[in-house]
Amino acid sequence: MAHTPVLSFTDHGIYCAAGDFYIDPWRPVARALITHGHADHARWGHGSYLATHQALPVIQHRLGEIACQGISYGEVLRIGTAEVSFHPAGHVPGSAQIKVVVEGEIWVASGDYKIEDDGLSDPFEPQKCHHFITESTFGLPVFRWRPQDAVADDLNNWWRKCAGEGKTAFLGAYSLGKAQRLLRMLDPGIGPILTHGAVEATNAVLRGQGIDLPTTVQLTKDTDPKANKGALVLAPPSALGSAWAKRFGPGESAFASGWMQLRGVRRRRAGDRGFVISDHADWPGLLSAIRETGAENIYVTHGYTDVFSRYLTENGWRAEVVPTEFGGEDAEGEAS
Amino acid sequence: MKDFAALFNAIDQNTKTTVKTNALTAYFQTAPKRDRLWTIALFSGRRPKRAVTTTRLREWAAEMADIPLWLFEESYPIVGDLAETIALVLPEAQTTSDIELTQWINDLRGLAQVEEPARKAFVRNAWQVLGGTERFVFNKLITGGFRMGVSQKLMTRALAKATDKPEAELAHRLMGNWHPDQTSWDALINAEDPMADASRPYPFYLCHSLEGEPARLGATPEWAAEWKWDGIRGQLILRDGQYFVWSRGEELMTDRFPELARAVDFLPPGTVLDGELLVWQAGAETPSSFNALQKRIGRKTVPKKLLAEAPVVLQAYDLLEWEGQDIRTHPFAARRTLLEQACGLLPDDAPVKLAPALPFDTWDALAAHRSAARAAQAEGVMVKRTDSPYLVGRKKGDWWKWKLDPLTIDAVMIYAQAGHGRRANLFTDFTFAVWNGNDLVPFTKAYSGLTDAEFREITAWVRKNTLQRFGPVRQVTPHHVFEIAFEGIQASPRHKSGVALRFPRMSRWRQDKPLQEANTLDDLNEMLRIYG
Repeated sequence: MAHTPVLSFTDHGIYCAAGDFYIDPWRPVARALITHGHADHARWGHGSYLATHQALPVIQHRLGEIACQGISYGEVLRIGTAEVSFHPAGHVPGSAQIKVVVEGEIWVASGDYKIEDDGLSDPFEPQKCHHFITESTFGLPVFRWRPQDAVADDLNNWWRKCAGEGKTAFLGAYSLGKAQRLLRMLDPGIGPILTHGAVEATNAVLRGQGIDLPTTVQLTKDTDPKANKGALVLAPPSALGSAWAKRFGPGESAFASGWMQLRGVRRRRAGDRGFVISDHADWPGLLSAIRETGAENIYVTHGYTDVFSRYLTENGWRAEVVPTEFGGEDAEGEAS
Repeated sequence: MKDFAALFNAIDQNTKTTVKTNALTAYFQTAPKRDRLWTIALFSGRRPKRAVTTTRLREWAAEMADIPLWLFEESYPIVGDLAETIALVLPEAQTTSDIELTQWINDLRGLAQVEEPARKAFVRNAWQVLGGTERFVFNKLITGGFRMGVSQKLMTRALAKATDKPEAELAHRLMGNWHPDQTSWDALINAEDPMADASRPYPFYLCHSLEGEPARLGATPEWAAEWKWDGIRGQLILRDGQYFVWSRGEELMTDRFPELARAVDFLPPGTVLDGELLVWQAGAETPSSFNALQKRIGRKTVPKKLLAEAPVVLQAYDLLEWEGQDIRTHPFAARRTLLEQACGLLPDDAPVKLAPALPFDTWDALAAHRSAARAAQAEGVMVKRTDSPYLVGRKKGDWWKWKLDPLTIDAVMIYAQAGHGRRANLFTDFTFAVWNGNDLVPFTKAYSGLTDAEFREITAWVRKNTLQRFGPVRQVTPHHVFEIAFEGIQASPRHKSGVALRFPRMSRWRQDKPLQEANTLDDLNEMLRIYG
């Protein structure tokens, strides 16, 4: 007998009929379960929000007054006839894969995830399931990340060289998650770390929930460049190259993103350096994550969906592409 | 290869010209001389002959990466560079290699003599011992096209700093038909007489576009004018009883233009002319269109029939060498006088013609010449300062092209394709259509004219509005109207629309214009009737 699937893909988002809720919906719904606080997953206008305790502060900071409820990793909540639990996705602090069990059938919506332990977020925990919904932002074999320590060495060597030459190092990175991860990778012994307001606002929220970050100074119009020789400035990519940067005199700019793997994108962004560091799984990471779930049915969302699902199909999975309105294929945006 | 890869990184990881120049200068002072020579060769487009086909490279890379070939092929357009795609999909290098650049190049060239299994073994081994940038550079040595943000000008400047020689002299030394096998660093850079090679051309002097009115250039007597022809720029060298024809891209084209051989009968040895190669029928008032010339450019050797159908002449507009003397420092007016003496009285059947001067007393008179350019099969007029020397490269101030305003038509975007290199992963190559009743008939492609921000915006739109994919090409919802600018229009039976455009590009994104108001095939045919 054909039965209603545990999760289905609607024009509002990923829907669970058994619990009458949505996961990361992109249009307003009554009840939303949110994997993490990035803008394409946690949107404004839902009746109620459920997210991990660690993810909620940022979501509240961004969306203001919302009706919300926190949940711990691993805690099981019954909604209608569905059993729901949140498990670390390793993407950013508080990010979760959402597991939904109905009559013994297990589905996992993984939101965005990465496999490597970044030392900041709770590391990814594979969940056994029958149906797995995966992103494919970097679902091509040309995307393979080097270990974080190796990239951290490159990053600090670059900063040290800039400081030695009397230049300011401008580093562009997404303000939630990536920026804090970089802060933990940087060697504060090299010089002062200045932050753009957007980054510092997120820092304050995360510090408030007990996440340890090195000392940073928020950049204002009164910041004296001369008093901050050898500084590194951490800002959203869109803020680099604006007028305030010029006050700092000679400088070099860099971006930190998975897209920096591609020389063409790096050159187009016109930065001096590109550091390949992503909060999404690389090609081997996606494949190992999928393998570890033991799932036979894979739903591929945002990214190189067609290619990735074809590869999965050829290798024995039942894979299909599902359209979503998550960030997706975007080499020009700031996340990833 | 480590030094060369380090140089590559230093250049690639910085956007500032001074940093790039300094890195190159240091390399030209310290690297082994053979490697320096090859570096100059690579950066000026002289690459080793391709020893392995790209088809084999793709197959071997996919095999070594343990991925299906189709997956490799899907990845390639995203990366936008074959050498880079291969470097990225392969597993990490297991060891390292101390072999230097020249040795790698020589080994690669040796592959032409061995059987395919040995080639494959060599390439696979290289991929195992070269990591990161070294592997990318190695792949570039095979696939060619060594463009890496170093212009010839920048390289010449670095060489000048490294060797304490004037830039202009080095630019001249680097011109022409040399190859690392037949010369050495010392012979190329330090030898006494750079003219020893009879075929060596002079660096071309390039002009800027004149934006706005010419009145701002000052008083008219200081300026001379001639047609801005729509052919290809060429330098004709007559030395030692031989002749050589060079393109602006430093390609030796002598064999493509055998009719110019007769120039040696009319002009003395020790003559170098700068001019425009055009197809010009005997007795015709004006040259034929660029289309006619295109048939000739494509051929390495010319069949008799084509030679008769599309005879080429050189419209000479400058004299760089006369009686064996380099006269580039003489004022333009003096060079022109000598040019008129040399070419003014040539018989009608000589393959070299004196490009006519366009006399004018006022800027309005020049504007009148310009407005007659289309009838003369020219793109506009050239304006040259009478006391200017013949400089090297693109320098502002003395030479200006004042082109006709382009023709334009409003067209609908129907297909999009991602670009390469710097434009990888961005939709930049579009196909445009005009209305024919209720159908959209494709008539041209265009790649340029939008800003990076506009390309980003249209890229996001293409992703959301793809109707169908044909490999790398996406059919999109007809929605956006662009103004296409072009220099000329010709009938073309090969195209579905029946026309071919010259230099099409996007001049404006007409977001104000509804789809239905784009132009029609009838409009295009009317333009063909008037301007074709």
